[in-house]
Amino acid sequence: MLQINNLHASIGGKEILKGINLVVKDGEIHAVMGLNGAGKSTLSNVIVGHPAYEVTQGSITFNGKDLLSLKPEERAHEGIFLSFQQPVEIPGVSMVNFMRAALNAKRKYQGLEPMPAGDFLKLMREKRSIVELDSKLTSRSVNEGFSGGEKKRNEIFQMAMLEPLLTILDETDSGLDVDALRVVAEGFNKLRRPESSAIVITHYQRLLDYLKPDVVHVLIDGRIVKTGGPELATEIESRGFDWIKEEAGL
Amino acid sequence: MATDRNSFVREVAEKKYEYGFTTDVQTEIIEKGLSEDVVRLISQKKGEPEWLLEFRLNAYRYWLTLEQPTWGHLKMPPIDYQAISYYADPTQKKKEQGTGDIDPELMKTFDKLGIPLEERMALAGTAVDAVMDSVSVKTTFRDKLKEKGIIFCSISEAVREHPDLVREYLGSVVPYRDNFFAALNSAVFSDGSFVYIPKGVRCPMELSTYFRINARGTGQFERTLIVCDDDAYVSYLEGCTAPMRDENQLHAAIVEIVVKERAEVKYSTVQNWYPGDSEGKGGVLNLVTKRGHLRGANSKLSWTQVETGSAITWKYPSCVLSGDNSQAEFYSVAVTNNYQQADTGTKMIHIGKNTKSTIISKGISAGRSQNAYRGLVKIASTADGARNYSSCDSLLLGSHCGAHTFPYMDVHNDTAVVEHEATTSKISEDQLFYCNQRGINTEEAVSLIVNGYAKEVINKLPMEFAVEAQKLLGVSLEGSVG
Repeated sequence: MLQINNLHASIGGKEILKGINLVVKDGEIHAVMGLNGAGKSTLSNVIVGHPAYEVTQGSITFNGKDLLSLKPEERAHEGIFLSFQQPVEIPGVSMVNFMRAALNAKRKYQGLEPMPAGDFLKLMREKRSIVELDSKLTSRSVNEGFSGGEKKRNEIFQMAMLEPLLTILDETDSGLDVDALRVVAEGFNKLRRPESSAIVITHYQRLLDYLKPDVVHVLIDGRIVKTGGPELATEIESRGFDWIKEEAGL
Repeated sequence: MATDRNSFVREVAEKKYEYGFTTDVQTEIIEKGLSEDVVRLISQKKGEPEWLLEFRLNAYRYWLTLEQPTWGHLKMPPIDYQAISYYADPTQKKKEQGTGDIDPELMKTFDKLGIPLEERMALAGTAVDAVMDSVSVKTTFRDKLKEKGIIFCSISEAVREHPDLVREYLGSVVPYRDNFFAALNSAVFSDGSFVYIPKGVRCPMELSTYFRINARGTGQFERTLIVCDDDAYVSYLEGCTAPMRDENQLHAAIVEIVVKERAEVKYSTVQNWYPGDSEGKGGVLNLVTKRGHLRGANSKLSWTQVETGSAITWKYPSCVLSGDNSQAEFYSVAVTNNYQQADTGTKMIHIGKNTKSTIISKGISAGRSQNAYRGLVKIASTADGARNYSSCDSLLLGSHCGAHTFPYMDVHNDTAVVEHEATTSKISEDQLFYCNQRGINTEEAVSLIVNGYAKEVINKLPMEFAVEAQKLLGVSLEGSVG
């Protein structure tokens, strides 16, 4: 599904990613772990096409397409979804209008007619209940006045509405208490389609307890220095990152 | 809806200003220049009575003593009042043929603007007075309205058919001595609409006037007079467009509204005059005096305006709240892009007891435009218990535009409560990227955010207009981000 080759990227002239190689197959969940500043968020931002980042070398293909030549909205239409670390508030734009614009933009890209209003509202109700998102929240402006947990649940809700092929969870666990984390993670598991894939970016084991990754990568200083199975995450939880650094000769 | 908007946006992006076409129609234009003779000629062409000619001449003579004001936050090109033709009549053909039928070219023009003049094709529930250049082309549904005693016709016709009413109210809310442009309009006003709603009548349909400038080198000086008698109600809409031309065109209008006891008037405007090109060349100079007089106790007046067009917009739809317990509202969205300039707002003059006014103003600036809110809230010593609430918000797109707020308060009564709130915000890159990531392109994201921001005002418009206004907001800001 996703193939990243020797990816180098910088922001403001400073190189952050220094040769990333990553292959994500259909249905797989990959965890990317690492300390602050390792380049985890840069990686997710580059995949979705954030304009602040410049790709200086390498390639990303997504289901055979050259991702780097596509605009951010086209990448979204192709089926890439980013659950933001800090979802932004958009005052005045109701969740209903926002979701309808997003969904119909995707349908248009696929050559489909806009979804009839009745069907759309029914779909909203269905998906909303799975992440226990209050109906009051979906009638409010996008993320405005939402608590930290509500914002994260709202991201998962949007994922469910848009049914992406690849979801990137960028530190979705940050700022969540244990109960909120469980609701978000269980929501994600219920809403994810089996053939869809995910990249889970996190510092900690606790989100991975729910999401059960197939592959775990460790990102240090812009490179993936170690890759393993789920047991790698458990090991990091108990031993930290220093031993990996030493192993990699950093 | 979203798809509609998308295709609409693309369509307009290619053409920029959709209403920029001209109609090739035989038009009688009088020679350029302004003098007593021109004033007399206009009056004569309209077959006006002596008292109206006197009114015009008094206004003209007074205008000669005035200088064009300069207090607006505007950079105005000098206006050569001798280089403008003050009368253009596109209905020439019908007069020559003597048939009374409308030139099919004119019908086509209004069709193209989405204002069909055939009653069977018209928007349900809306009667239209269509004005091109200096002349009213057609007023629809007049007979139906007449059954209820409602008068809806062009002001020229009203002068002929209902001289007493016109004489009683013309200039009673905006006297010709009010200001420079009011004096000019009073001297040379051509056409516009006249509305009279008799006592106790609720007007059963929306009344609307559509103003169109067509002829080159002319100015439009329309005049609208609305009188709503005791316990009556009317909702009135005004729309405007003009062709794309390199030179500026002058539009100096007056709207007067009289609201009597327990009567209610809603006046909505969607102003989309040609704004000039992206370099700031051409465009309509929109210099307008609009005022309503809430004469009766418990009367209500609300102004709603969506201003997206014109190179320069200079207007303050105002309310004089004389009647006790009268209520006035002003809801405004003003959008400026490229080199457009707007200095707009309202005046609320509280005279009666327990009078109440609300001001909601939303300014949106993009490109290199300048957008100013200017408002006066005056509470006279007689206005016990008067209340005003004002909220003025500015939204900036980009960093080369300006937003300004000039609120004036003049309070002479201790029991009055006057509140003012103001905010300034910017559409952030993060908000746009968030929308992009969800598949919404930047143009549409701006449109969503701007429409969300202006919602409070748009919601006040009648349905048909609200949809138009929403499209217009998105289109006016084409290319303003990124």
